Amino acid sequence: MNLFEHPAHELLDLLKAQKTSAQAIFESVFSHLKQSDKNIKAFVRLSHQLPDFGPAVPSRNYPIPIALKDNICVEGQEVTCCSHILEGFKPPYDATVTQKLKKSGALILGNTNMDEFAFGSSTENSYYGPTRNPWDTACVPGGSSGGSAAAVAAHEAVWALGSDTGGSIRQPAAFCGVVGVKPTYGRVSRYGLIAFASSLDQIGPITKDVTDAALLLNIIAGYDERDSTSVNVPVPDYTKALINDAKGLKIGIPKEYFIEGMDPEVKQSILEAIDVLKKKGAAFKEISLPHTEYAVATYYIIATAEASSNLARYDGVQYGLRLQPQETRKSAIVDMYEETRDQGFGPEAKRRIMLGTYSLSSGYYDAYYLRGQKVRTLIKDDFDQAFKNCDAILTPTAPTTAFRIGEKANDPLSMYLSDIYTISANLAGVPAMSLPCGFSKNGLPIGLQIITQSFAEEMMFRIAYTYEQNTDWHKRKVGQK
Amino acid sequence: MITQKDVKYIASLSRINLKEQEVGRLTKNLEAILHYIEKLKKVDVSQVQPTSHVFPLNNVFREDVVQPSLHQDKAIKISQNHHQGSFKVPKVIE
Repeated sequence: MNLFEHPAHELLDLLKAQKTSAQAIFESVFSHLKQSDKNIKAFVRLSHQLPDFGPAVPSRNYPIPIALKDNICVEGQEVTCCSHILEGFKPPYDATVTQKLKKSGALILGNTNMDEFAFGSSTENSYYGPTRNPWDTACVPGGSSGGSAAAVAAHEAVWALGSDTGGSIRQPAAFCGVVGVKPTYGRVSRYGLIAFASSLDQIGPITKDVTDAALLLNIIAGYDERDSTSVNVPVPDYTKALINDAKGLKIGIPKEYFIEGMDPEVKQSILEAIDVLKKKGAAFKEISLPHTEYAVATYYIIATAEASSNLARYDGVQYGLRLQPQETRKSAIVDMYEETRDQGFGPEAKRRIMLGTYSLSSGYYDAYYLRGQKVRTLIKDDFDQAFKNCDAILTPTAPTTAFRIGEKANDPLSMYLSDIYTISANLAGVPAMSLPCGFSKNGLPIGLQIITQSFAEEMMFRIAYTYEQNTDWHKRKVGQK
Repeated sequence: MITQKDVKYIASLSRINLKEQEVGRLTKNLEAILHYIEKLKKVDVSQVQPTSHVFPLNNVFREDVVQPSLHQDKAIKISQNHHQGSFKVPKVIE
């Protein structure tokens, strides 16, 4: 096996046994990346500064090559959210997660492709063009963190960070056959994450297996006074939760999720996953999340309202692009704002900004935004009720496997519905993860989603680890049959 | 339900100089999405408090202590249009 194919915990074992070096790991991954990415197009930019392995550099605890989604700030490194409007923007500071990664010794490879401002579920809405799914390059990698998931699946990075507002880590992880974790809202600092919907966004790991996800969450989690929504509760050692046993655990299966629209191959894989966990001692029961039907509609009110407000700052004055039209329409400055935003944002960004502006506008606020916030309360209450009777909830991550590039590009609503199983966890703030649980007969990965109570990531990791240790989907590699 | 006139008005609130050829397509898109969102009207929310944030965090204060922060010189450089420590914009006052 090549070095670049190993998960990080194996690389760390090799380092400990002095069978390899940080430099050898980096070079193996980096040279594979440069070759492989000509086809996959997971990266939009490589780090302008490559790591120094000279004798003066102190030894690194976790010299693991990592890719960052193109919405996470690294001081002095261009970051654009894959939008024309941010072209040329070089942040003057590191995100908190970047600082933590640098301190841990992780080796930042560059920025990965995404739907513009994370608006999408396929990575097709990127100013730089689509990323290809490593399992079938005619298919999308999912999104919005499609570049990060594809990079890990194609072994172009050992670890990646994504961000998840409505499923943007979990759905691409499912489509690409890797592990993706959306931590509890407030578990990881959002400082230096370019905002989409501030009450929903969380940064999380995308990795080759569950052990790596626990290792990476150990590094990035924690309270940060620069993010007033981060929560000051102690960070446990998540690797201690990696227990291969589900005895005594009660897992709920929400009846509202097993409905029309779910691919029969996906359903079959989930039923088989339930059997695996039953054999390891878990007890399953049907539960109800009665407001599931309203989650997507609620999300598209709240997320777009917050986005329209967060994206108001891109007006040509401070960041990236500035355009001045030839003729004067209103006044020189207003014309500059309006031309910059018209040319700088892509079609999906404009759609969401306008939907959000509409639902916040005078006369519509009560009917849309306020009603959306109230239904959000009901969705959150559903989870609170469900967790009185179970330790975790198990669902598919997405209703289908990866769809073809272009298949849903002209139908925004059908694209939105591909997040039907992931959105509720963001609205409720609870942690959720996706891990591989099978392949379709066409060779496309299927993802299993585990959801737990807020700050119960350890329970989530324990169930995921138990499932993983008793199956071998995570060992299947792109290119192998 | 949503007209081209509404879309042009929202575009102006959003500070987007939407080109004529985009108005029709966006009107159709927004109409389909708003139609889908209509389903929320079926939910009885008369006794429900809105959630703007999932945890009951409010008034997050910190000690008022002077600490090093981002220097203006460095911050202003994010713009390609700056002059003597300020952002440069087109003339506002005639």
